Amino acid sequence: MNSSVFRRKLPWVIAALVVLLCFPLFLDRFYVYLTAIILLTGLCATSLNFVLGYGGVFQFHHAVFYGVGAYGTALMITKSGLSPWLGFIVGPVAAAIVGLVIGVICIRLSKLYFGMLQISLGSLVWAIVYRWYSFTGGDDGIHGVPLPDIISSSNGSYYFTLIVTAVSMFILYRMIKSPFGSALQGIRDNPVRSEMIGVNAKLQQLLALSIAGFFGGVAGSLFVVVDNTVFPDMMFWTLSLELIIMCLLGGWLSYLGPMVGAAVIVLLRTYVSGITGYWALVLGVIMMAVIFFLPNGVLGYLDRFVKKKVRNK
Amino acid sequence: MESIFSFVSPGIFSQILVGLSRTVILFIVSSGLSLILGVLRIPNVAHGSLYMIGAFMAYTVAHLFGGGNLGFWMALVLAPLGVAALSFAAERSLFQFLYEREHLMLLLLTFAMSLVFGDLVKLVWGAEYRSVPVPQVFQGYMNLFGGLPFPIYSFFLLVMGPIIAILLWLLTNKTKIGKISRAAAVDREMVGAVGINVSWVFAIVFIIGCLLAGLGGVLVAPTVSVTLGMDHTLIIEAFLIVIMGGLGNVWGALLGALIFGLTQSLGILVWPKFGIVFPYLAVVVVLIFRPTGLLKSTW
Repeated sequence: MNSSVFRRKLPWVIAALVVLLCFPLFLDRFYVYLTAIILLTGLCATSLNFVLGYGGVFQFHHAVFYGVGAYGTALMITKSGLSPWLGFIVGPVAAAIVGLVIGVICIRLSKLYFGMLQISLGSLVWAIVYRWYSFTGGDDGIHGVPLPDIISSSNGSYYFTLIVTAVSMFILYRMIKSPFGSALQGIRDNPVRSEMIGVNAKLQQLLALSIAGFFGGVAGSLFVVVDNTVFPDMMFWTLSLELIIMCLLGGWLSYLGPMVGAAVIVLLRTYVSGITGYWALVLGVIMMAVIFFLPNGVLGYLDRFVKKKVRNK
Repeated sequence: MESIFSFVSPGIFSQILVGLSRTVILFIVSSGLSLILGVLRIPNVAHGSLYMIGAFMAYTVAHLFGGGNLGFWMALVLAPLGVAALSFAAERSLFQFLYEREHLMLLLLTFAMSLVFGDLVKLVWGAEYRSVPVPQVFQGYMNLFGGLPFPIYSFFLLVMGPIIAILLWLLTNKTKIGKISRAAAVDREMVGAVGINVSWVFAIVFIIGCLLAGLGGVLVAPTVSVTLGMDHTLIIEAFLIVIMGGLGNVWGALLGALIFGLTQSLGILVWPKFGIVFPYLAVVVVLIFRPTGLLKSTW
């Protein structure tokens, strides 16, 4: 059943990848950049949804891992003098470690308390980055991070982003479909029963938190590749809530939901900010509409719509 | 006096007073947040925006009345009422339909409202820095024991804090609406079953909570530059204070605000560059040892 679903979807996935691979051939440089930003933001939202939607953990401050990944990569490249490629490993690993440490401290608390303590710890990380001028560049951030030649061009960075995002999305998908993913969803739906049948709930959730942190960090590293900069706002709490909105907008329970949500938000942000300075107002109104009318997200709504039609037949 | 305080340097003493006057602002704002959390169970992210709107309204009112003493007192009365009117509109049009939703949705909805409020402030008042003058009565400094100057306005804040705390205690313990709201916090269905209109009780509690946010904004306005984004840091601080004190417990908010304000001001003495991290560390330490906050939560 599992593999048959996968086989049915495979042609679509390949078709989407081929289209994305062809983008730089006929699209403007700006649109290529925009697509890359959508892909990495979508990866970040998907990694958040891994713990939020599938794990049921109130991960309120996911942007910290995004930021730590980006800073880890940028600092490794600019300060260490080692191979830049090492930075792409150090960033995500640092994010995973931060995810694990924050997880260990927060995991004993329940829902809202968990989220709030995480915001507190995340703000701590943010405050340190913001104040530590000599090391992180403070609120200026780090600009013009030198990259290896092959990924420093516009197309190079796009292909790199596309490949890494595709591989990461595939790994996350396999994890959700694995026994580990099932255990995670079981804990979300009924923690007590899951514990009774021998699942170590806290341990599984901690593992999920570090994995989510790792892929959040991957997204951060990709941002360094695409934009060449890092700045402390990447780990400010408002961005975390925006990531949650992306998950909500696309739909928690569909795997590609957060990616769709990210695409919608990034596109809207780009175009609405071009027209008016009141982007936050527009985003707020959209969010309210989604919460009131589409609590399962766009994909969740379509999914139900399709199922209803099938049943009527 | 010198002999009593000889073991503490004047610097520490004045820093404690600075921390305490910060505590008053934090307490007023977070007690409103705590009230709403305790009774309505709404994690109101828009609370910080109401605080900001309070500060901006204080600017407008103070300038309408000429910026003198009268302007300040009028601002102190009118701006919180303006915020309360705004929150009343928001409660009746949006929040009252959402009480049964899960917390994450409420959090996101209030975040959406804070975005809208933030841009409305930009629309109405613009993005420039505004300043509210300190009223003449409270202008100037007084000398402390070690001869250190301390602004008189901060003393006014130190007086306001206990007054608000006592009023809140009277409200929640001695008035009918306070008793009903405490009952509704424990079991809202039972309160509804004995014939009380819970929806309106919730509306009133919500308005009182938001009024406190506006009041905090007015009181802080003369000491800072009133600007966009002043809500972002404050709302996180207020949430952490409420969590640290115990959700829904107003006295917990007081205790949390004390810890937060004092670690902030004393932390700057210990390590000037990273003084900002001490309050967050305090929250972490408190929650590690007492996962549901220092005092009893109503949840």
